[in-house]
Amino acid sequence: MVIYFWLALGSPLNWHLPVCFFGLILGLLGAAAKLSPIRALRWIATTYTTLIRGIPELLLVLIIYFGTTEILLRLFDQYIEISAFAAGVTALSIAFGAYATEVFRSALQEIPKGQRESAMAMGLNRWQTFTRILMPQLWRIAIPGLGNLFLVLLKDTALVSVIGLDDLMRQAYVAAGFTKLPFTFYLAAAFIYLLLTIIFMQVIRFLEIRANRPWQGAR
Amino acid sequence: MSELIIQFSQWLLTFTQGAEPWDSYARYLPRLMDGVWVTLQLVIVSGIVGFIMAIPLALMRISKSAWLWVFPYCYIFFFRGTPLLVQIFLVYYGLSQFESIRNLGWLWTEVLSQPYWCAIIAFSLNTSAYIAELFRGAIQAVPKGEVEAAQSLGISRRKQYQHIILPRAFGIILPAYGNEVILMLKGSALASTITLLDLMGATRGAIARTYMSLEFFLLAGLLYLLLTAVLIGFFRLLENWYNAHQHALNMSLDKVDPQLRDKHLEDNVR
Repeated sequence: MVIYFWLALGSPLNWHLPVCFFGLILGLLGAAAKLSPIRALRWIATTYTTLIRGIPELLLVLIIYFGTTEILLRLFDQYIEISAFAAGVTALSIAFGAYATEVFRSALQEIPKGQRESAMAMGLNRWQTFTRILMPQLWRIAIPGLGNLFLVLLKDTALVSVIGLDDLMRQAYVAAGFTKLPFTFYLAAAFIYLLLTIIFMQVIRFLEIRANRPWQGAR
Repeated sequence: MSELIIQFSQWLLTFTQGAEPWDSYARYLPRLMDGVWVTLQLVIVSGIVGFIMAIPLALMRISKSAWLWVFPYCYIFFFRGTPLLVQIFLVYYGLSQFESIRNLGWLWTEVLSQPYWCAIIAFSLNTSAYIAELFRGAIQAVPKGEVEAAQSLGISRRKQYQHIILPRAFGIILPAYGNEVILMLKGSALASTITLLDLMGATRGAIARTYMSLEFFLLAGLLYLLLTAVLIGFFRLLENWYNAHQHALNMSLDKVDPQLRDKHLEDNVR
């Protein structure tokens, strides 16, 4: 049993890292769209965050997993199987992106306007302003909010077991069915999630301290 | 309400005369509506039970005695740190592992082996941990002057909590409590994994019979959005009513009680 769960410990992380990557990109794009001067982009981003934050993550996972095959079936008239891993990562990234959009948007609005104006005065173009001036500061303001999202995401990875993927929950389910000891195994799974949560909290604290280095002396 | 839905679906059935996909929609609409009702029950019951459980937890959590705060600390940490799915499975599948629980008689056959009550127990435990944490923050955020004023009036500690600190803390957490209830609504979709026919479960049942996965999933999404909108509206009304004092500045001056009109208000009114 110990070996079993030692192997299982890594499985939520398999999910977590790609979802974080795509989700953060989606979030940045969403935030940029929400604050853009083009009305259509703003409208798309607002619809995206409202819709995704209003429906359960489980429903989103199922829509992506079963819905995409059906759309492909109608478009190309043949049955294309989508890997559950891809569907799970896509669904969780979309959900994560919607929440991250809001975090990034409020962080972007918190950066003083003068920073952007002085960047313009220095002759930087929009892209340079974003990557060199806004991004480094954005990170510092957004980390507490993003940290919460990372922890929520860690718990949401349990949802992919519903579409039959071999994650920690699934292994606990199989082990519980085999040994007829459901309480023991689900509790063990719960403690693995707790352990991961503790590790994550430490990582987030470390990132926060690191991002706040320039301000440490002042306080 | 349910009569109306059934009539509507009957009408749609005769109107479409078996033409797909409308026929399937009409056939399964009443079941989805039953699902909506189950989902609402789960959210409302666990929202209320969780709220009642959260108050003692929060009061114990802010105590300075280690004997008192250790239990709520571990409780909150456990329920906030593990996925809701694990908690539901622990209650529904896990409890049957123990001989002594299976021998509880009525309590086992009527409550602990029923998916409906298991879902409510799991959701209440989960949401109470989150609300207790909200309450803890809010109790500590009650302005110190109000507590000092109560102390100087000689109000007992118990009455202070009853009449001043807790009602004030409730006003502070109200917006966050609304968020928590909406998260609970979305979490309640997980009840379908323990065979409960809530909105999600009814949708999956309809899909298993009709193979129209996309349509019914999108329909369920729409219903969830509607439910979210209703809850948001409800909490906005509740907030306007309970925290009315914070909105006084938004009212026009002649609506304000003349006795309350003073120089400060007249200067600050928008």
